[in-house]
Amino acid sequence: MQRPTDDRLQIPLSALNQYAYCPRRCFLIHGEGEFRHNVHTVSGTLEHERVDRQAGESKAGVRVEYALPVWSDALGLSGRCDAVEFHPDGAIYPVEYKHGKRKQWDNDDLQLTAQALCLEEMTGKPVTRGAIFHQQSKRRREVAFDDNLRRAVKSTTVEVRALLSSARCPPPLSGIDARRCGECSLRGICQPALIGSDRKLEHLSQTLFEPEEELP
Amino acid sequence: MTVLQNTLYVTTPEAYLRLEGETVCVMVEQQKRLQVPLHHLGALVLFDHVMLSPALLGRCAEDGRSVVWLNRSGRFQARLEGPVNGNILLRQAQFRAAENANGALGLARAMVAGKLRNSRQVLMRGAREAKSDVDRDTMVKAARILATQIRKLPQAETLDTLRGFEGDAARLYFESLPAVMREPVREQFPFEARSRRPPRDAFNALISFLYALVLADCRSALETVGLDPQLGFLHAVRPGRPALALDLLEEFRAPLADRLALTLINRGQIQPGDFDCREGGAVLLNDKGRKTVITAYQERKQETLTHPLLQQDTPIGLLPHLQARLLARFLRQDVPAYVPYLQR
Repeated sequence: MQRPTDDRLQIPLSALNQYAYCPRRCFLIHGEGEFRHNVHTVSGTLEHERVDRQAGESKAGVRVEYALPVWSDALGLSGRCDAVEFHPDGAIYPVEYKHGKRKQWDNDDLQLTAQALCLEEMTGKPVTRGAIFHQQSKRRREVAFDDNLRRAVKSTTVEVRALLSSARCPPPLSGIDARRCGECSLRGICQPALIGSDRKLEHLSQTLFEPEEELP
Repeated sequence: MTVLQNTLYVTTPEAYLRLEGETVCVMVEQQKRLQVPLHHLGALVLFDHVMLSPALLGRCAEDGRSVVWLNRSGRFQARLEGPVNGNILLRQAQFRAAENANGALGLARAMVAGKLRNSRQVLMRGAREAKSDVDRDTMVKAARILATQIRKLPQAETLDTLRGFEGDAARLYFESLPAVMREPVREQFPFEARSRRPPRDAFNALISFLYALVLADCRSALETVGLDPQLGFLHAVRPGRPALALDLLEEFRAPLADRLALTLINRGQIQPGDFDCREGGAVLLNDKGRKTVITAYQERKQETLTHPLLQQDTPIGLLPHLQARLLARFLRQDVPAYVPYLQR
């Protein structure tokens, strides 16, 4: 019997997406096991369930596999593809369903490219293109898996593995990136305002044993 | 921000709760008395003999909705536990912190400081609203002594010394608490010292019941965050004792329970007729009284105030969650200090 020799931490594909959005979010979800639903994630889950239910359907000579488990031993990645089209000409074409109208950050492309790398390793065939399907606009946006994206997947995987192995939560986003916090479903757990108020916390902590004299 | 969901308290004996679609139905003698959408509920708290259908139980376990059974006086009996959730790394950090004598002492000091500062705040507010000079003097004097006790806390070098300081301060606080009651109602609630198991006067019965409600909320806040409610810093570990929930309760006793008890008494919302005196001297809230207190507590939890640290409006009911999360952050070394909730 073959024993698993690779005890590297397996990185879920979605962690790459989270990491690209915000390393702290990635750590809270995958390192701390926190997850909070908000309107976005709940409707996203419902849509995924709809997608998952149609497994095995075929259309116009294209075989579509829904909720297909994929992995890469080389990179130590694993996850699921919302949909993978197997075309008659041999092309393999992953499609990721996203709730939002259109992409705002690069994270979706990164996740899709990671799926492509997994599919290539699993099938031994090249996977050159895929698409993000935006539920709201019902539009597909095609993504070409170029060298930049492939390199980004590899380096991000290394970074995510280092982060999740470190067991130390990174600070919240700052500067212009902090605008992402506004629509983050983990905001209540992450408490960016609280973490950002270290000085206030230290002040309160130092004056904890010095009650104010505000007697009437 | 985490949404403050309602807690459904069911006090009707022999009520039966069942799942109907996405709602909970409360049935009493086969009659539907209440129907509440599940997504409005964060927790179910059931007093005495309240039954739950297996389907509802399963659904609550799946959603991580807490179900707690309390006896008539609010003592914890049982709770529903779904799959062990939360974070093993966080629990490891909690256990390490508890084993580190200095770290544990530091946390315990902060917790006692929170308790005493918030107790003092009740007295100072009482003093501001006092109708007589005698009362005002009583409360001001007690508040001064409490301030001295708070300044002494950093000198406590062992947990036992710290618990001693806390005990002295608590006794003083309770001694001066009757002065916060309005003159006309004061003699209806004679109260000299804290008594429990069982409470021996109406005021003790009232605050004991409120502490039980707040404790249940503290416990579920800790569990939600992934901390182990049984391993405390100030309270020693004992089998079955929710030591960390009791730790967290300390900072909320005065602002969430004592303050509310005094308001209910001062406004005449709770009266001697809301209590039953048992043979031998035990005093307990009766059904009518419990209902009044639970309703008032629920309403209080919906009120908002500005959190001193976050500087944002926070429903009072979320305070235990915010503090539990802050404690978790401190244990995971995500923030440099644990600061208890300090009432303004």
